[in-house]
Amino acid sequence: MPDDMSGDAPSGPEWDFLRGDPDPIAAPLPAAPPSAGPSFGPSAEVFTPEPIEPPQIKSDHHAVALDALSGAAPEPGSPKPDPILMADAVVRRFGGLTAVDVTHLEVQRHSITALIGPNGAGKTTFFNLLTGFDKPDAGAWTFEGRVISGLPPHRVSRRGMVRTFQLTKALSKLSVLDNMRLGATGQRGEALWAAVLPPLWKRQEAAITARAMELLERFKLDDKAGEFAGTLSGGQRKLLEMARALMSSPQLVMLDEPMAGVNPALTQSLLGHVQSLRDDGMTVVFVEHDMDVVRHIADWVVVMAQGSVIAEGPPAAVMADDRVIDAYLGAHHDAPLSIEEEEERLAKAENELQAEIEQASADQSVEGGATP
Amino acid sequence: MARRLAGALAALVLALLAIPFLASPAAAEGEDLHGKLRNGDTAVADVRIFATDAGGTQIGETRSDAEGVWAIPLPGPGKYTVTLDAETLPEGVALRNADNASVTREILGGAETPQLFPLGEGRAVAKQDTIEWVQLTAEGLRFGLIIALAAVGLSLIYGTTGLVNFSHGELVTLGAMIAYWFNVEHGLQLIAAGALAVAVCGAAGGAQDALFWGVLRKRKTGLLAMMIISIGLALLVRYIYQYLFGGGNEAFTDYNSQTAVKPAGLPFALAPKDYWSMGIAAAALVLVLLALNMTRLGKATRAVADNPSLAAASGIDVDRVIRLVWAVGAALAGLAGVLLGLAQQVNFAMGFNILLLLFAAVTLGGLGSAAGALLGSLVIGLFIQLSTLWVSPELKNVGALGVLIVILLVRPQGILGRAERIG
Amino acid sequence: MDWGAIFTNAIESGLGIDGVYFALAAIGLNIHFGYAGLLNFGQSAFVAMGAYGLATSVSTWGLPFWVGILIGLGGSVVLAILLGIPTLRLRADYLAIVTIAAAEIIRLMLRSVSLKDTFGGTDGLQQYSGAFFEANPYPDDRQYGVGGVEFSSRDTWVMTVGWSLVALFCVLVWVLMNSPWGRVLKAIREDEDAVRSLGKNVYAYKMQALVLGGVIGATGGFVVALGQGSVTADSFGSETTFFLYTALILGGAARVFGPVVGAILFWSLLSLTDNVLRQAIANGHISDSIMTGTQVGQVRFMLVGLGLVLMLAFRPQGIFGDKKELALDAR
Repeated sequence: MPDDMSGDAPSGPEWDFLRGDPDPIAAPLPAAPPSAGPSFGPSAEVFTPEPIEPPQIKSDHHAVALDALSGAAPEPGSPKPDPILMADAVVRRFGGLTAVDVTHLEVQRHSITALIGPNGAGKTTFFNLLTGFDKPDAGAWTFEGRVISGLPPHRVSRRGMVRTFQLTKALSKLSVLDNMRLGATGQRGEALWAAVLPPLWKRQEAAITARAMELLERFKLDDKAGEFAGTLSGGQRKLLEMARALMSSPQLVMLDEPMAGVNPALTQSLLGHVQSLRDDGMTVVFVEHDMDVVRHIADWVVVMAQGSVIAEGPPAAVMADDRVIDAYLGAHHDAPLSIEEEEERLAKAENELQAEIEQASADQSVEGGATP
Repeated sequence: MARRLAGALAALVLALLAIPFLASPAAAEGEDLHGKLRNGDTAVADVRIFATDAGGTQIGETRSDAEGVWAIPLPGPGKYTVTLDAETLPEGVALRNADNASVTREILGGAETPQLFPLGEGRAVAKQDTIEWVQLTAEGLRFGLIIALAAVGLSLIYGTTGLVNFSHGELVTLGAMIAYWFNVEHGLQLIAAGALAVAVCGAAGGAQDALFWGVLRKRKTGLLAMMIISIGLALLVRYIYQYLFGGGNEAFTDYNSQTAVKPAGLPFALAPKDYWSMGIAAAALVLVLLALNMTRLGKATRAVADNPSLAAASGIDVDRVIRLVWAVGAALAGLAGVLLGLAQQVNFAMGFNILLLLFAAVTLGGLGSAAGALLGSLVIGLFIQLSTLWVSPELKNVGALGVLIVILLVRPQGILGRAERIG
Repeated sequence: MDWGAIFTNAIESGLGIDGVYFALAAIGLNIHFGYAGLLNFGQSAFVAMGAYGLATSVSTWGLPFWVGILIGLGGSVVLAILLGIPTLRLRADYLAIVTIAAAEIIRLMLRSVSLKDTFGGTDGLQQYSGAFFEANPYPDDRQYGVGGVEFSSRDTWVMTVGWSLVALFCVLVWVLMNSPWGRVLKAIREDEDAVRSLGKNVYAYKMQALVLGGVIGATGGFVVALGQGSVTADSFGSETTFFLYTALILGGAARVFGPVVGAILFWSLLSLTDNVLRQAIANGHISDSIMTGTQVGQVRFMLVGLGLVLMLAFRPQGIFGDKKELALDAR
């Protein structure tokens, strides 16, 4: 299964959280630490700081990552002992607007790193840049010590850094099994000349299918294998997309809002899967809005606001950080939408539109991104 | 829903069929080529005209009579070249375009085909005082302004609905056909006929959206499917035009033989109708662009083009905006058709023939942008005319289409378009 | 009304040169449009590449027949690559506009007076099929066929070769679309970014599909060039492409036999309406004031247009297509 790059102790699936262990999210909140100070107004409960207590250790990989991160300074751009991904001076502008301006960022191997920040902080744009789906105006980044900035998305993926999308891209007109098979890399039958000679790829195809079924079983989708992916529920699609990404045995999995739009009943199972990726030896970076999720599964949190990294550190420390609180409370706080919030957003959209209409053509390229 | 759509389709087809210019110029007696030579209001007599068949063999020759009338009977349908012997024209009279002394025509069975040789002092005479590139620039601007009328509508329809409308050329033809019907069949003066044509086209555009495209949108028909539907619609309508109008070229009654005029010592000469066409087109375009920028509805239109769902969320009636865009776009296309008919002659495929140039103009300017469509059209018009300085006129469109491909290579979003966000 | 003749004509039209030519060109288009989701509106140019590649090589340059075939195939590959480089990175509607523009450029060049010495201007080219018909195994002293549906020995020979190619390409398409390559192609049709994120070079796949479909289209060009004995530029205009789309959608896009069935049906139906109308006019069932013989040709274009509109509106999957798999809803 996943390559164990650092030569740590062999990993195996750790499914404890699925076997009736107390759900990490449902666990009672510990008392607030003294350092946290008073509450912060309407959103205070979301930001209730946690005690600095040793996190539950889930696996050997987890232990190694936590150990490594314990030495890292909780400040923007802090160096990590064993970074799998390093980015330097990454800048992306749309017209006059700077969407991303990240001075330095390192991601610790085997960790689950959460990328959080208010709306419009540039998280998804940064994701798009790192995975080759968008081109930066400046900057470079390395993966496993090799420069990957400037590579097209498929080459990034082949290096072992696979992403998912905020709006799920399960291919609804292919069967679930075909979606999975598509994820496998190095398929001989994907070359045009070999495709016409089935004997060249039939055996490999059988192996891929077996592996796909194994993963589907693990993600509880095996009974759906023959159906069109379009028939799956939103949460199942998220699972399928994650499982499909695993078909290529990546070292780094980049999840863009894995919980967005997922039925709460499935959230826990998804969370468990995200943790199991780390426990199997992969590194996970994910964008998330829900603070509970971040608090319970992230080993390290990176906070972006207005395109820059304004804070990073262990979840509890970051959430007590004044800059973070300012960034969140200053802007719109990100949590699952309630009806009022939905209305508020609509009103905001309306205002934005009005503004857009008023200022007319001044903003020709602000929205832009590169069409190929 | 399916039955409603079927009803709408049937209504549309009937409406198109009912366009009442049933007088097809074809009569069933045997083929000939004929015409009437006039210089201004005087007939031009005793001019030698001859016809050759596809093999180059001369099959008939005649001289125009005192009324300027000439006719050459033909042995049957086929392709013929009819030539006016410019040597035999009287002193001071010349072909307005010396390139048109020889014209090849596809003659259908039973068709008595009129052939116009526009005479006048024309370009041939004025040419001594014109500078070729200035002259071509003027002609390019004229053509650019005319296609801009159609391109703006095409671009706005794309912007607001996402539809690449392959049947837009047929709206151009519709304008010319209706103006022809009022003007030639009913003797209405061309200005009135043209104005009526524009009004009818506007109504037809609005109706097309109400009865057809709007219904398809409600059915959530995909954009690519709608694009192919527009191709089918274009085929259907184009051949209804040919069925009713015939395959030939026909001129309006008014403003036919005008003498080119040089404005205040400048080194180019255009007929007065060309100056008027350019003025009318420019005025219409300025009005539309002003309306888009100044009026509430115009701003709403641009908001819809920008982001339909956001516009809808902010209380803009998107369907109403789209209906309006269709009506205005079709009216503009109709005006383009009238002016194009005036510049070239009316033909069932005239709109189809400029469709690709419209695409080139719209893509060049940036899909969805009205100002871009205008700019793109002017560039295309100028490019087409000026390229004849270097390439043979029959290949002038090749250059324009080539530019389209190169632009997409270098700047896919066009000159004024903006890039698109991924993900 | 001679219904017997009307129906045999319809069958001959569907199975004859036009049918096999359209079947081949539409199989190519099916790879572009049906499987890869590429909106190629310039298929007529690929057909022209085949037809003119062969005709120009043999008739103008005096090269052997087989070299002409190779030049036709090579020309279509080059055209696909030239078209693909600027457009395959763009959105679907851009591809449509560029391919139709490129096809028009090619048509204008082929018919131009300046290149008349090479391509024969509007008269086109003739006399390039000698070597092909020397190999004709059917003696030309009789007609071939059953039950009134008969073809000349030349047509029979072209059809034999043409339908063999159709069978070959159907097998090829079936094998390809059931291979991992086809799986990637179908995935691209649905969402390019998803496929990119899984490490596939989307651009390369689209290019391969464009080339493959273009080459198959060029073989359609060979068939029509050989079957008709002459090539003219104006028979490869954009309306030919639109007809191919009609045939393909009629049979069902993204289905192996869709384009074949579609091509046969398309020409049979055209011939049927054409003959019925002509006979009705000849026998006075339709008066001259309503429709003349020349207008029959226009009616059939109208029917194609109407058919295209109705099919896309009511049954976009065609006769055999599967609506769930159809890619028409992508922007």
